[in-house]
Amino acid sequence: MRAEQKTASLMAGPYAAFLLVFAVYPIVFALVLVFLQWDLVTTPTFAGAGNLQLLVHDGRFWRAVANTFVFLSIHVPLQIVTALALALTLNRQLVGRSFWRAAFFLPVVISGAVVAILWSQLYATDVGLINKLLVRIGLSPVPWLTDPRTAMPAIAVMVTWKNVGFYVIIYLAGLQYIPRSCQEAIEIEGASAWQRFRYLTLPSLLPQTILVVTLSTINGFQLFIEPYVMTGGGPLRRTYSVVLYLYNNAFAYQKMGYAATIGVALALIIGVVVFAQRRLIGKAEAL
Amino acid sequence: MKLLRRIVLYAGLSIAAITFIYPFLWMASSTFKPPVEVGSLALIPHDFTLDNYRTMWARAPFGRALVNSTFVATTITLAVLVFGSMTAYAMARLNFRGRPALNAATIAVLMVPGQLTLIPLYTLIVQLGWVDTYAALIVPYLFNATAILMLRQFFLQIPQSLIDSARMDGMSEPRILFTIFWPLSKPVLSIVAIFTFMGAWNEVLWPLLVVREQHLMTLPQLLTVFALGGGAGTVGVSLASAMVLVVPVVVAYAFLQRNFIESMAGSGIKG
Repeated sequence: MRAEQKTASLMAGPYAAFLLVFAVYPIVFALVLVFLQWDLVTTPTFAGAGNLQLLVHDGRFWRAVANTFVFLSIHVPLQIVTALALALTLNRQLVGRSFWRAAFFLPVVISGAVVAILWSQLYATDVGLINKLLVRIGLSPVPWLTDPRTAMPAIAVMVTWKNVGFYVIIYLAGLQYIPRSCQEAIEIEGASAWQRFRYLTLPSLLPQTILVVTLSTINGFQLFIEPYVMTGGGPLRRTYSVVLYLYNNAFAYQKMGYAATIGVALALIIGVVVFAQRRLIGKAEAL
Repeated sequence: MKLLRRIVLYAGLSIAAITFIYPFLWMASSTFKPPVEVGSLALIPHDFTLDNYRTMWARAPFGRALVNSTFVATTITLAVLVFGSMTAYAMARLNFRGRPALNAATIAVLMVPGQLTLIPLYTLIVQLGWVDTYAALIVPYLFNATAILMLRQFFLQIPQSLIDSARMDGMSEPRILFTIFWPLSKPVLSIVAIFTFMGAWNEVLWPLLVVREQHLMTLPQLLTVFALGGGAGTVGVSLASAMVLVVPVVVAYAFLQRNFIESMAGSGIKG
């Protein structure tokens, strides 16, 4: 027993030390930084509730939060619909199913930085591929990333495109768990395709839908490289994300205390939103 | 009627697949086009050229960035596999005093959003004097809580009799892990290896914070800095530099797509 204790502490000890330094300490120090003013060069000074007061009245921060909700209001529903539609299609008898699945999953494995650079070109107003296609079918080009009304929706569509393959896999796994007998029973009852979807498939996939909502929401709050590369937060700060603001406060303005305060606030907002979503979905299901 | 529905189904699937694949094909072909042709939808370059690659290679240290990325991602992956297995083995199969606490801490860490710890971690790196070092890129990733929980889950299912008989033969615990558990754990090891490597390979926010020296930048960071700083000049050059990052991944994905999908969807990590 004593030998086992010794071996175990040798094998798990480094991880325990790592957790203390790279997880526990940063969490505690984040809460300390909230009350400090620090540019990383001079010694930190106590700021009291200064950072918190600044945050509450900081129009730029709340603009970034509002932008995130604009992003989520497009991204989350679109992600559910597209992932569900593709998963239901892939769940049929298909020739080359693994090819189709691999095609939809391809953008998931590609770096977000590359996708952002690529889509900057696709969305370009004059030479972009998307506008070329629009012009070809007789529509007028849209300044996707330079019009404050379309910039964030354009980014939301791009992120949905990038991640949909990931959520397709989650839905496909869920579809495996719907018992054959239930499907046969509802077919014998003479249910239409829509009724089968509405009363069997959709309710059975509720756990997966909750997962998709939660993960795509968290992902949305982490939006960074897309606005950083594609718009720099513009036009008119309409694509400024919370993480981009946090990054700029730390890196460009050297305000560690305030940047950490934004991080803590963001974690709280994520927690509240995800909790509220789960309550809402639970209530909707009970109806 | 049935035939018609099949045709509609495959037509729809083809259109969907094209929207996912075509942009990457267009990107690849644009890197071989002269600037006047980049706006075209055609995939075959009219005037084939390698100038974009020459310019990209000459203007920024992409060769070095490729080496950096490979070194950083490989080191992290090996560490997560070796150290993670040792930790998971102890947590799954050995009795020790701090075990419940370590378990709880691992799950708790996974629930804390990364943005909360980003700045304190950054200030820690600054205070350690690790800005512009490989240590800053590697050390904070040496252990991975997701990987440890996955490995632990898998190790819990391996029969105790195997451990008992190996102990009778006088094998040490690390030896039991690496000679008996590892060969049985290939599926979970490959899942952990792929999502760890991909996470490290595609990571961009953390390098943007802790590395400023161009020669230490990993590919996604150098690519971002190069494209944004105007160093690229033209679209073709900027996309050519993106190819350095994409081609190794796509080649690996083509051979191991089933493992990639299983790994990246299973871990909850998105590039």
